[in-house]
Amino acid sequence: MDWLFIKDIFHQMLLGIPLTLQLTAISLLAGFVLACLVQAAVTSRHGLVRGPATAYVELFRGTPLLLQIFLIYYGLGQIGLLRQSFIWPFLREPYWCAVLALSLNTSAYTAEIIRGAVQAVPPGEIEAARSCGMSGLLLRRRIIWPIAVRHGLPVYSSEVIQMIKATSLASIITLNEITGITYRLASDTYRVIEIFTVAGAIYLALNFVVSMAFAILERFLNGHLADRRA
Amino acid sequence: MQLETLRLLGFGPGGWGFPLLSAAGVTVLAAIFGFALGSVLGVTGAYLKLSRHIMLRLIGQFYTTVLRGIPEILIIYLFYFGGSLWLTKIMNISGYDGFYSLPGFATGVIAVGVVSGAYQTEAFRAAFLRLDRGQIEAGVSCGMSRPLLLRRIIVPQTLHFALPALGNIWQSALKETSLLSVIGLTELLRQTGIAAGSTHQPLLFFSVAAAAFFLIGRLSGRLLRKVEDHMNKPWRR
Repeated sequence: MDWLFIKDIFHQMLLGIPLTLQLTAISLLAGFVLACLVQAAVTSRHGLVRGPATAYVELFRGTPLLLQIFLIYYGLGQIGLLRQSFIWPFLREPYWCAVLALSLNTSAYTAEIIRGAVQAVPPGEIEAARSCGMSGLLLRRRIIWPIAVRHGLPVYSSEVIQMIKATSLASIITLNEITGITYRLASDTYRVIEIFTVAGAIYLALNFVVSMAFAILERFLNGHLADRRA
Repeated sequence: MQLETLRLLGFGPGGWGFPLLSAAGVTVLAAIFGFALGSVLGVTGAYLKLSRHIMLRLIGQFYTTVLRGIPEILIIYLFYFGGSLWLTKIMNISGYDGFYSLPGFATGVIAVGVVSGAYQTEAFRAAFLRLDRGQIEAGVSCGMSRPLLLRRIIVPQTLHFALPALGNIWQSALKETSLLSVIGLTELLRQTGIAAGSTHQPLLFFSVAAAAFFLIGRLSGRLLRKVEDHMNKPWRR
């Protein structure tokens, strides 16, 4: 085992962590906002709103992320109207293409998570709130959302981990996040086993931290159930 | 424009119909073999994780934690480049010079299978834990031997509980095969990439690939739901 080499590549890979986390955070944030809108559309009473939203969710969940990245990175440039518009300077950059693809992708999955979480709210709780005179935003803010968040959190934590893993695909469109640096190191030195093992360990550590953070958050939110846990 | 599109996707001269169709076949085959390998690994992993010996449980735990926590693409790279390195070393020692790389399809199937196996381990384990203990006790008290118990009681019920989760894992395995394009396997994504590059029509070809993935996923999902319905019969009232 060449520890000096391992230490060296480890330091180089650490430089990729900020970009990985940045891609994850921006996409999750944008994806969550989008997911709320999509979810509102999916549960809409109007077929014209519901149809496209459902198709959106199904399409993004039913095709590979790498394909979505390619479609955005290579495909959008073909649309002349887009090339002349003000967003082209952004969409020309692989960084924004990756962010766009990751955001759209996670928004479809997150919309499903939100749907499941809201559906898991017991109807009795809503009835009780209504009979107390709550409705609209008050009902959502006091009853539906707090219960839904507690139901959805465990599922959402695995979506966050999936996203951290998914950012590795940004390396294919030339971004130098952890996997991008790893691949470059591997093709420079060809000591692939050490290099990919170290990279794997970094991702494992990141995911471990994230799942711990979610476990703590869950414990905090479910404090009122502490006596049942024991 | 429309005619040109038809010609590009058609089966005539200059059409990409045949290459795309055979690439779709490669994708489906890689997904099926990968998923099947994953099932074998998943049952083994569940057996390890449910074992009484702490060492076996730890091995199972290590397998699922590592394989579910690392990006699939790193695993594919590791298997392909690492495996090729070993192969080259062995060939060089036995007197054949030069560089040797592993066959893309087999390596890809193994990589997809190993990842899928980690998720299937959890599916099988959870399904087995949902199985009512009384069922096994009842079987034992009827004098069933272990193989008979496994065949008549444990396998049908565990499979029934695991099927919905397995359906989701199948969909992920299908989509994961697209990553095998990075090690040069000519599956659907790589073939459409080649077509897009040589015709300068990325939008068209990647959309076709998206439609193909979507359709394959939909059709196989419907098929799986049929199997699920069939297995559900004893539970229906």
